[in-house]
Amino acid sequence: MMAQTLERPSADDVWSWLADVPDPEIPVISVVDLGIVRNVAWRGETLVVTITPTYSGCPATAVISFEIEEALRRRGIKDLKLETVLSPAWTTDWITDEGREKLRDYGIAPPQGASCAGAMKPAGPVACPRCGSTETEEISRFGSTPCKASWRCKTCREPFDYFKSF
Amino acid sequence: MTISDENVREFCLRMGDNALILGQQVSAWCGHAPALEEDIALANTALDLIGQTKMWLDLAAELDGEAKDADALAFLRDARAFRNCLLVEQPNGDFGQTLMRQFLFDAWHQPMLAGLAGSTHQRIAEIAEKSEKEARYHLERSTDLVIRLGDGSEESRARMQSALDALWPFAGELLEADDLDGALAEAGVAPDLGSIAETYGQYTNRVFDEATLTKPEGAPSRKGGKTGMHSEGLGYILADMQWMQRAYPGAEW
Repeated sequence: MMAQTLERPSADDVWSWLADVPDPEIPVISVVDLGIVRNVAWRGETLVVTITPTYSGCPATAVISFEIEEALRRRGIKDLKLETVLSPAWTTDWITDEGREKLRDYGIAPPQGASCAGAMKPAGPVACPRCGSTETEEISRFGSTPCKASWRCKTCREPFDYFKSF
Repeated sequence: MTISDENVREFCLRMGDNALILGQQVSAWCGHAPALEEDIALANTALDLIGQTKMWLDLAAELDGEAKDADALAFLRDARAFRNCLLVEQPNGDFGQTLMRQFLFDAWHQPMLAGLAGSTHQRIAEIAEKSEKEARYHLERSTDLVIRLGDGSEESRARMQSALDALWPFAGELLEADDLDGALAEAGVAPDLGSIAETYGQYTNRVFDEATLTKPEGAPSRKGGKTGMHSEGLGYILADMQWMQRAYPGAEW
């Protein structure tokens, strides 16, 4: 009994391993930072990792599942099940504070305000991730991935990605 | 009338086929849109719609006794088995026509999904909750652009008005309840289309006012898609979309 318990890593260990799995599109943040890992639990001898998609058509979703599986197999998990849940729907409110800072350092303005307010337009000014100016404007409602919009800074004149509040 | 799996399946096909055909049509703009930003916006919108399609058709396939999957439903059905409305199969035309088609669809899609998010059918409610956020974003974009181009130059206004004249007759099909819609509403599975129609009317009136566009008067409503009676265009769309799986069954990459 004791040996079995030792063999089986705790949910906290699994969470810490998952914190090293990068998002395939924005490798500077992890799948945990992004808030798409919803639950880690043992069901009998099976490790069940529950994930939720960001956007329903996001092409990265399949890659994310694959990478989570790879990472856990490398740690010796044999009996693994990935489950997808749709509800409650993913929101950018679940991106961790650490994740937001990493996004900014990477040159992507993190989402503004709470998404549950209803409006998709940013609640406050979007600060330029390079110079910090809030003199910025939207160029397009969409960007290089489904989760981003294209913005431009009127102070330093650089274009940048904004991670939409969603 | 009690709601059977067959009823739910039929409804999922309507929702899924609308998203699939519109997504397929919009994706044809990739690399051809009038500006880079619009190119990206159209491709992203198409991607959302295809993602939503997968959720609806997965559920439809689960409820299908023949246990097909979403891919089989998308790629191996003939035109008469599709349940999308006629609006989404109308040709892309110019950018104005594509945009007007999107707006007339989004203005229905968003309140419809918002209603479905409260469905008594748990799986439908979950899919709708997820999709509604995307539809809200689509509606904000298509609304902005309809106003900008409608209340724009003489050329852009003329194009948007002619797109509205051509497409308005197809909007009614989304809002008219048939027996299935009525039964689903009564059972709390889907919202009452009468209330969606009211929201739709108020919203589109406000936007067209601001866009200086006029809804055509007395145009006959064109419908049939919900029961599989489609316009000529759908055959061409399916030929383009399905030929690979038809010619090389099971092909993957």
